[in-house]
Amino acid sequence: MSLRLHVTALEMRLDVPSDLGVVGDAVELVASRLPAGTLSPRRLNFNFRTALAEALGNAIRYGTGEDPARVVRVRVELGQDAVRIHVTDDGRGFDHAHPPDPTRPENLEREDGRGLFVIRHLVDDVAFNAKGNGICLTLRAG
Amino acid sequence: MSFSVKKDKSGVVIVGVDGQLIVGNRQELKQKVLDALDGGGRKFVVDFAKTGYIDSSGLGVLVSLSKKIREQGGELRLAGLNEDLQTLFELTKLDTLFAITKTAEEALAAF
Repeated sequence: MSLRLHVTALEMRLDVPSDLGVVGDAVELVASRLPAGTLSPRRLNFNFRTALAEALGNAIRYGTGEDPARVVRVRVELGQDAVRIHVTDDGRGFDHAHPPDPTRPENLEREDGRGLFVIRHLVDDVAFNAKGNGICLTLRAG
Repeated sequence: MSFSVKKDKSGVVIVGVDGQLIVGNRQELKQKVLDALDGGGRKFVVDFAKTGYIDSSGLGVLVSLSKKIREQGGELRLAGLNEDLQTLFELTKLDTLFAITKTAEEALAAF
Protein backbone atom coordinates (compact mmCIF):
# COMPACT_ATOMS: atom_id res chain seq x y z
CA MET A 1 0.00 0.00 0.00
CA SER A 2 1.52 3.30 -1.04
CA LEU A 3 1.17 6.48 0.96
CA ARG A 4 -1.02 9.16 -0.57
CA LEU A 5 -1.05 12.52 1.13
CA HIS A 6 -4.06 14.76 0.52
CA VAL A 7 -3.22 18.42 0.92
CA THR A 8 -5.43 21.51 1.05
CA ALA A 9 -4.69 25.00 2.31
CA LEU A 10 -6.16 24.10 5.69
CA GLU A 11 -5.08 20.53 6.32
CA MET A 12 -3.23 17.42 5.23
CA ARG A 13 -4.66 13.91 5.45
CA LEU A 14 -2.86 10.60 5.25
CA ASP A 15 -4.01 7.03 5.80
CA VAL A 16 -1.11 4.96 7.08
CA PRO A 17 -1.19 1.17 6.87
CA SER A 18 -0.72 -0.56 10.20
CA ASP A 19 2.90 -1.41 9.51
CA LEU A 20 5.70 -0.08 11.70
CA GLY A 21 8.02 -0.17 8.70
CA VAL A 22 6.21 2.73 7.04
CA VAL A 23 6.29 5.10 10.02
CA GLY A 24 9.52 6.78 8.91
CA ASP A 25 8.29 7.33 5.35
CA ALA A 26 4.94 8.63 6.58
CA VAL A 27 6.62 11.12 8.89
CA GLU A 28 8.92 12.36 6.14
CA LEU A 29 6.05 12.68 3.69
CA VAL A 30 3.97 14.82 6.03
CA ALA A 31 6.89 16.88 7.37
CA SER A 32 8.21 17.60 3.88
CA ARG A 33 4.87 19.10 2.83
CA LEU A 34 4.31 21.22 5.91
CA PRO A 35 4.24 24.86 4.77
CA ALA A 36 7.25 26.86 5.88
CA GLY A 37 6.77 29.55 8.46
CA THR A 38 4.49 28.25 11.17
CA LEU A 39 7.09 26.09 12.88
CA SER A 40 10.77 26.95 13.04
CA PRO A 41 13.01 24.59 11.07
CA ARG A 42 14.36 23.20 14.33
CA ARG A 43 10.90 22.42 15.75
CA LEU A 44 9.81 20.95 12.45
CA ASN A 45 12.89 18.76 12.23
CA PHE A 46 12.79 17.52 15.78
CA ASN A 47 9.57 18.16 17.69
CA PHE A 48 7.12 17.64 14.82
CA ARG A 49 8.84 14.59 13.36
CA THR A 50 9.45 12.87 16.70
CA ALA A 51 5.92 13.56 17.98
CA LEU A 52 4.32 12.25 14.79
CA ALA A 53 6.53 9.15 14.77
CA GLU A 54 5.67 8.54 18.40
CA ALA A 55 1.91 8.90 17.90
CA LEU A 56 1.92 6.75 14.77
CA GLY A 57 4.04 4.06 16.39
CA ASN A 58 1.73 3.91 19.40
CA ALA A 59 -1.39 3.75 17.22
CA ILE A 60 0.03 0.96 15.06
CA ARG A 61 1.42 -1.12 17.94
CA TYR A 62 -1.37 -0.74 20.46
CA GLY A 63 -4.36 0.52 18.48
CA THR A 64 -4.38 -1.59 15.35
CA GLY A 65 -2.10 -4.36 16.55
CA GLU A 66 0.12 -4.19 13.45
CA ASP A 67 -2.71 -5.68 11.41
CA PRO A 68 -1.83 -4.76 7.80
CA ALA A 69 -5.49 -4.71 6.82
CA ARG A 70 -6.15 -1.76 9.14
CA VAL A 71 -5.09 1.85 8.82
CA VAL A 72 -4.22 4.73 11.12
CA ARG A 73 -5.55 8.11 10.07
CA VAL A 74 -3.40 11.23 10.27
CA ARG A 75 -4.84 14.72 9.87
CA VAL A 76 -2.70 17.80 10.28
CA GLU A 77 -4.51 21.11 10.76
CA LEU A 78 -2.52 23.99 9.33
CA GLY A 79 -3.32 27.10 11.37
CA GLN A 80 -1.63 30.48 11.49
CA ASP A 81 -1.05 30.14 15.21
CA ALA A 82 -0.43 26.40 15.48
CA VAL A 83 -0.11 23.05 13.79
CA ARG A 84 -2.36 20.32 15.18
CA ILE A 85 -1.59 16.66 14.51
CA HIS A 86 -4.54 14.28 14.88
CA VAL A 87 -3.73 10.56 14.88
CA THR A 88 -6.67 8.17 15.17
CA ASP A 89 -6.86 4.40 15.06
CA ASP A 90 -9.83 2.05 15.15
CA GLY A 91 -8.75 0.30 18.32
CA ARG A 92 -10.36 0.20 21.73
CA GLY A 93 -8.35 3.10 23.10
CA PHE A 94 -6.12 3.08 26.15
CA ASP A 95 -6.03 4.59 29.61
CA HIS A 96 -3.82 7.63 29.22
CA ALA A 97 -4.70 9.17 32.57
CA HIS A 98 -2.13 7.50 34.78
CA PRO A 99 0.88 6.30 32.81
CA PRO A 100 3.80 5.15 34.94
CA ASP A 101 6.60 7.69 35.34
CA PRO A 102 9.46 6.34 33.18
CA THR A 103 12.01 8.42 35.07
CA ARG A 104 11.47 6.63 38.37
CA PRO A 105 14.46 4.46 39.26
CA GLU A 106 12.45 1.22 39.02
CA ASN A 107 11.32 2.11 35.47
CA LEU A 108 14.54 3.52 34.09
CA GLU A 109 15.75 0.26 32.56
CA ARG A 110 12.39 -0.68 31.06
CA GLU A 111 12.37 -0.85 27.28
CA ASP A 112 8.84 0.54 26.91
CA GLY A 113 6.70 3.11 28.65
CA ARG A 114 8.25 6.42 27.57
CA GLY A 115 5.99 7.30 24.64
CA LEU A 116 3.48 9.63 26.25
CA PHE A 117 6.15 11.14 28.48
CA VAL A 118 8.25 12.00 25.43
CA ILE A 119 5.26 13.39 23.51
CA ARG A 120 4.30 15.69 26.38
CA HIS A 121 7.75 17.26 26.28
CA LEU A 122 7.76 17.71 22.52
CA VAL A 123 4.47 19.53 21.97
CA ASP A 124 2.56 22.38 23.60
CA ASP A 125 -0.66 20.47 24.22
CA VAL A 126 -1.85 16.87 24.19
CA ALA A 127 -5.53 15.91 24.06
CA PHE A 128 -7.34 12.59 23.64
CA ASN A 129 -10.79 11.82 22.35
CA ALA A 130 -13.30 10.26 24.73
CA LYS A 131 -12.62 6.69 23.58
CA GLY A 132 -8.85 7.08 23.92
CA ASN A 133 -8.08 5.97 20.38
CA GLY A 134 -7.40 9.44 19.03
CA ILE A 135 -4.72 11.91 20.05
CA CYS A 136 -4.33 15.57 19.12
CA LEU A 137 -0.90 17.14 19.42
CA THR A 138 -0.64 20.91 19.23
CA LEU A 139 2.57 22.68 18.30
CA ARG A 140 2.16 26.43 18.57
CA ALA A 141 3.82 28.68 16.01
CA GLY A 142 7.44 29.43 16.61
CA MET B 1 17.91 5.93 7.05
CA SER B 2 20.55 3.34 7.63
CA PHE B 3 23.05 1.96 10.06
CA SER B 4 26.76 1.49 9.54
CA VAL B 5 28.84 -0.88 11.64
CA LYS B 6 32.62 -0.86 11.80
CA LYS B 7 35.31 -1.94 14.23
CA ASP B 8 38.27 0.24 15.15
CA LYS B 9 41.75 -1.22 15.56
CA SER B 10 41.24 -1.89 19.27
CA GLY B 11 38.05 -3.82 18.61
CA VAL B 12 35.49 -1.20 19.59
CA VAL B 13 32.32 -1.55 17.53
CA ILE B 14 31.11 1.81 16.20
CA VAL B 15 27.52 1.98 14.98
CA GLY B 16 26.47 5.04 13.00
CA VAL B 17 22.79 6.02 12.82
CA ASP B 18 21.98 7.95 9.68
CA GLY B 19 18.56 9.64 9.77
CA GLN B 20 16.40 8.44 12.61
CA LEU B 21 16.13 5.68 15.18
CA ILE B 22 12.44 4.92 15.56
CA VAL B 23 9.89 2.17 15.96
CA GLY B 24 10.25 1.17 12.31
CA ASN B 25 13.99 0.50 12.25
CA ARG B 26 14.96 -0.23 15.85
CA GLN B 27 14.94 -4.00 15.30
CA GLU B 28 17.50 -3.61 12.52
CA LEU B 29 19.82 -1.73 14.86
CA LYS B 30 19.22 -4.26 17.62
CA GLN B 31 20.10 -7.17 15.36
CA LYS B 32 23.27 -5.53 14.09
CA VAL B 33 24.50 -4.87 17.62
CA LEU B 34 23.53 -8.33 18.87
CA ASP B 35 25.36 -9.89 15.91
CA ALA B 36 28.47 -7.94 16.85
CA LEU B 37 28.03 -8.99 20.49
CA ASP B 38 27.76 -12.62 19.41
CA GLY B 39 30.88 -12.07 17.34
CA GLY B 40 32.84 -11.15 20.45
CA GLY B 41 32.45 -7.38 20.52
CA ARG B 42 32.18 -5.99 24.04
CA LYS B 43 32.81 -2.27 23.64
CA PHE B 44 30.25 -0.35 21.61
CA VAL B 45 29.77 3.25 20.57
CA VAL B 46 26.55 4.38 18.92
CA ASP B 47 27.31 7.56 17.00
CA PHE B 48 24.34 9.90 16.51
CA ALA B 49 26.24 12.65 14.69
CA LYS B 50 24.05 12.13 11.61
CA THR B 51 20.81 11.44 13.49
CA GLY B 52 17.84 13.80 13.30
CA TYR B 53 15.47 12.25 15.80
CA ILE B 54 14.88 9.28 18.09
CA ASP B 55 11.48 8.17 19.38
CA SER B 56 10.74 6.33 22.61
CA SER B 57 11.10 2.94 20.90
CA GLY B 58 14.58 3.97 19.81
CA LEU B 59 15.40 4.99 23.36
CA GLY B 60 14.02 1.67 24.57
CA VAL B 61 16.17 -0.39 22.26
CA LEU B 62 19.27 1.43 23.47
CA VAL B 63 18.31 0.63 27.07
CA SER B 64 17.74 -3.01 26.17
CA LEU B 65 21.02 -3.32 24.27
CA SER B 66 22.96 -1.63 27.03
CA LYS B 67 21.63 -4.19 29.51
CA LYS B 68 22.52 -7.14 27.28
CA ILE B 69 26.01 -5.79 26.66
CA ARG B 70 26.60 -5.18 30.36
CA GLU B 71 25.47 -8.74 31.12
CA GLN B 72 28.27 -9.89 28.81
CA GLY B 73 30.80 -7.71 30.62
CA GLY B 74 30.80 -4.95 28.01
CA GLU B 75 29.67 -1.36 27.68
CA LEU B 76 27.59 0.71 25.27
CA ARG B 77 28.46 4.39 24.96
CA LEU B 78 26.62 7.12 23.07
CA ALA B 79 28.12 9.99 21.11
CA GLY B 80 27.26 12.88 18.82
CA LEU B 81 23.82 13.77 20.19
CA ASN B 82 22.50 17.09 18.92
CA GLU B 83 21.15 19.58 21.44
CA ASP B 84 17.54 18.37 21.16
CA LEU B 85 18.54 14.72 21.55
CA GLN B 86 20.74 15.56 24.52
CA THR B 87 17.74 17.26 26.13
CA LEU B 88 15.61 14.18 25.42
CA PHE B 89 18.10 11.96 27.22
CA GLU B 90 18.18 14.36 30.14
CA LEU B 91 14.38 14.60 30.41
CA THR B 92 14.04 10.84 30.41
CA LYS B 93 17.00 10.55 32.80
CA LEU B 94 18.62 8.13 30.40
CA ASP B 95 21.70 10.34 30.55
CA THR B 96 22.25 8.65 33.92
CA LEU B 97 22.32 5.18 32.32
CA PHE B 98 24.78 5.90 29.52
CA ALA B 99 28.21 7.42 29.17
CA ILE B 100 27.60 10.17 26.61
CA THR B 101 30.33 12.08 24.79
CA LYS B 102 30.25 14.85 22.22
CA THR B 103 32.05 12.81 19.58
CA ALA B 104 32.69 9.16 18.79
CA GLU B 105 36.41 9.87 19.04
CA GLU B 106 35.98 10.99 22.65
CA ALA B 107 34.01 7.84 23.42
CA LEU B 108 36.74 5.68 21.89
CA ALA B 109 39.44 7.49 23.80
CA ALA B 110 37.57 6.96 27.08
CA PHE B 111 37.44 3.15 26.74
